[in-house]
Amino acid sequence: MSESSALAYLATAMQVLAVLGAAPFVVGGMRQIRARLEGRAGGGIGQPWRDLRKQLRKQQITPNGTTIVFALAPAIVAGTTLLIAAISPLIALGSPLDPTADLFGVVGLLFLGTVALTLAGLDTGTAFGGMGSSREITIAAMVEPTILLAVFALSIPGHSANLAAIVSSSADNPGRLVSPGSLLAFVALTIVVTAETGRLPVDNPSTHLELTMIHEAMVLEYTGPRLALVEWASGMRLTVLLGLIANLFLPWGIAAADPSVLGVLIGLVAIAIKVAILAGVLATVEVFLAKLRYFRIPELLAGSFLLALLAVTASYFFATP
Amino acid sequence: MNTAQTAPYDSPSVPAPDQGLRSPRRAQAQAFVSGGLTAAIGAVGLVLGLSAIFAQPRQLVISWLLPLVGVRFEFGPLGGFFVAATGAVSIAVGIYAIGYAQREHWARFPLFILPLFVAAMLLVPAAGSVTSFLLAWELMAAASLALVLSEHHRAAVRSAGAFYAVMTQLGFAAILLALVVLSAAGGGDSFATIAAHAGGISSGTRTAVFLLTVMGFGSKAGLLPLHAWLPRAHPEAPSPVSALMSAAMVNMGIYGIIRIDLQILGPGPHWWGLTLMIFGAVSAVFGVLQASVATDLKRLLAYSTTENMGLVTLALGTASMLSSYGAPQVAAMAMTAALLLILSHASFKTLAFLAAGSVLAATGLRDLDKLGGLARRMPATTTMFGIAALGASGLPLGAGFVGEWLLLQSLIHSPHANNTLLALAMPLSVGAVALTTGLGIAAMVKAFGVGFLARPRSAAAEAAREAPASMLTGMGLAAVACTVFAVAPILVGPALKHVLTALPTVGGQAAGPALGAYLRLPGIAGSMSPGLIALSLLVAVLLVLALARWGARHRPAAVSAPVWACGADSINAKMQYTATSFAEPLQRVFDNILQPETDVEVTHFAESQYLVEKVTFRTQMADPVEQRLYTPVVRAVTTWSQWVRRAHPGSVHLYLAYGAIGLLIVLVVVR
Repeated sequence: MSESSALAYLATAMQVLAVLGAAPFVVGGMRQIRARLEGRAGGGIGQPWRDLRKQLRKQQITPNGTTIVFALAPAIVAGTTLLIAAISPLIALGSPLDPTADLFGVVGLLFLGTVALTLAGLDTGTAFGGMGSSREITIAAMVEPTILLAVFALSIPGHSANLAAIVSSSADNPGRLVSPGSLLAFVALTIVVTAETGRLPVDNPSTHLELTMIHEAMVLEYTGPRLALVEWASGMRLTVLLGLIANLFLPWGIAAADPSVLGVLIGLVAIAIKVAILAGVLATVEVFLAKLRYFRIPELLAGSFLLALLAVTASYFFATP
Repeated sequence: MNTAQTAPYDSPSVPAPDQGLRSPRRAQAQAFVSGGLTAAIGAVGLVLGLSAIFAQPRQLVISWLLPLVGVRFEFGPLGGFFVAATGAVSIAVGIYAIGYAQREHWARFPLFILPLFVAAMLLVPAAGSVTSFLLAWELMAAASLALVLSEHHRAAVRSAGAFYAVMTQLGFAAILLALVVLSAAGGGDSFATIAAHAGGISSGTRTAVFLLTVMGFGSKAGLLPLHAWLPRAHPEAPSPVSALMSAAMVNMGIYGIIRIDLQILGPGPHWWGLTLMIFGAVSAVFGVLQASVATDLKRLLAYSTTENMGLVTLALGTASMLSSYGAPQVAAMAMTAALLLILSHASFKTLAFLAAGSVLAATGLRDLDKLGGLARRMPATTTMFGIAALGASGLPLGAGFVGEWLLLQSLIHSPHANNTLLALAMPLSVGAVALTTGLGIAAMVKAFGVGFLARPRSAAAEAAREAPASMLTGMGLAAVACTVFAVAPILVGPALKHVLTALPTVGGQAAGPALGAYLRLPGIAGSMSPGLIALSLLVAVLLVLALARWGARHRPAAVSAPVWACGADSINAKMQYTATSFAEPLQRVFDNILQPETDVEVTHFAESQYLVEKVTFRTQMADPVEQRLYTPVVRAVTTWSQWVRRAHPGSVHLYLAYGAIGLLIVLVVVR
């Protein structure tokens, strides 16, 4: 990997800033779509930003008996997500951080964030914290095989698991994107991303019903600025993963490894449109879905594992040397 | 809801009753000598091992020490690697043992055996001939058995000791048979001679030796189905001994497989690699599944050893198989992964067992359902266990990440020249590794989150106090090693390169992965940098913390407040999740494999059957493999012994009759 140009650094910084700034809008947009489809007025796209601002001004309250794990977990979740945003080819291909972590590393960072929040849930020592953590970690454990197999399937054509290599390889050979392996991997990854970001049908982000909540139970003791970080981080996670899926399977518009100013701008617009469309589709589909019973989720994830396995074997057998 | 849970295993109790005979000062001196000697032997091992890795292979023959054959030592890179790893583990354990032996009032006998055990372990990979190897192996087995039995006044220890003794001796018998056959076919006692004549050994003999060694060495490494001694012996042994056994002794099984099957007899046929891969994958998944539902902290760690040795064996099998399919570069990647996994496992498992030992010494508890709240009472130990747990979960910033990353890379970059076997074996292996990692995360989150965070679940956990300085120093050394493997594997790169060169049969001569600041793979556009990930994550977290300062000047002063008690007056320890409840979803999902025995008993009030007075929930986690495979064997042996026993009821007349009949038979046969 050659030295990246100044514009590549700029593009990476823009990726981080764009994710930071756009994540609340993505969440707000999805809520708004859902509200309109359900016949409600909705709070508007900017509502999550207003919530963040309000929560950041509230008093910092530390629950008795919690340790530094509880205090640091939101920052770690947000930090890992920002790092993923910096590594991923969202706007341009040549992120200077691309060689530091491939897709396996990105998955590892994602799980590091999950683990930080589960530990925080346990740290509170409440019934809800433990319940949410237990459920979250069970889902995470079963999601991991599917993610890694999907990574495997994606890395076969480009002979590399580094994100820039995968994306540029599929941008050069668009025909590969409609191959059975790629399509199966897409479906598998989509299921996995819905599970990891706590969307329907795995988890309902807008519920606080004790029998069903997973993510919300884990973070129940957070208030004020720390809650703001948790919510911001979960929005960023969704945004980054949607952006990543978009560019892995629809790599058009992304700026090259050595970008021009125009290329970076086109890349920014392209990723914004792609994420907006994906988020819109996700929100629309969610309206028509009911949450799965918790013990039916393993079946869904086993199904996605099977799809990922088929994706890999399909790539092996249909591989063009 | 009134929930009562019973732990399936009795928790360790008071120190041995034979104490009080020694003055405290004398006991202190003895602990110091024993621990210091252990650490010193370990240091010698580390130095000798490192010099063996980098220097030319040398031999040392002491012909007078053993009649007829003498004792032969060989200092090569492969043996040196294992000697150095064992030595490093022993240094940390030795220093730790100084404090632990005093705090737990060790008797004189285990204090005496501990350095001996370390010395025996160092001799195993240094042995250069079949006789010396077997001698050192048996010495190691006997010393470890004596140490496992150090708290023999408890019935659980005696049972574990019996289990361990039988299994380790059966394993020894298999190894003995294999090595005797090998040395007969290879025309000599020394490994060098056998290796020189290895080409002439018939394929039938090779197969027999391979199967016997995989069985014998596999039982030492804790591979399925011969793993059953691990979850019994490791929890019952004193913690420094558990650390030595789990971080160093199980490696000897792996060493045996590498030395005999890959180095001397390799390159083996395709099915050797496949066999190792299957054993490895099954062990890894089964081990981690048991670990994720275990409630005994040390049993959890013991199952995690089976898991990690399974991953190592999977890597060895991958290396062997890819090398037999003519992909030496990828094979070298898999082999590097195996070596790195051995090192990282040694470091984090030492640390984990030592931290568990601190907890045990402070609270007398191993049961996670009764622990909790240690983060405030034992902050240093908690940090140490956190580092170990992060390493064991295979996440970035953890010691195990780099090894697992390399293993996954070697699995996904295997050549796919329309080879059906590879096309099926590799994705399934990736799935197995991924499931292992996922469940490993769950197991470690449970061990750390339930055991160390939250509120104490018993009075003993509430009264815990921090471990003494020597114990913390020992743990600190292991934590440093964990950090090195987590962020700077570059430091062990040159050593691994030398070891690989000594293993030509698994692609050792090919360009393996380059462990620089960036980990680069040969011929593949893939890279990763654990150090830079750590650094940039630190920057990102600091950035987030700075962002969270936004609006801070509008905030009232920070306070701390009680947590929400779900509407009750105040929160108490019984409201929180226990280890059992934390793992319950996993237990339900993997019900078919784990086969737990759960029992819910509802007692109603006498007045009405609609009102519940009490609900009792019991769950017992037995090892299904053990129950299905071992119980019938043990029962058959017992029946057979009962039958044989009838022949000697104690009557001297009867015995004389046996003698006479025997003599007659001999006479008839001889005539």
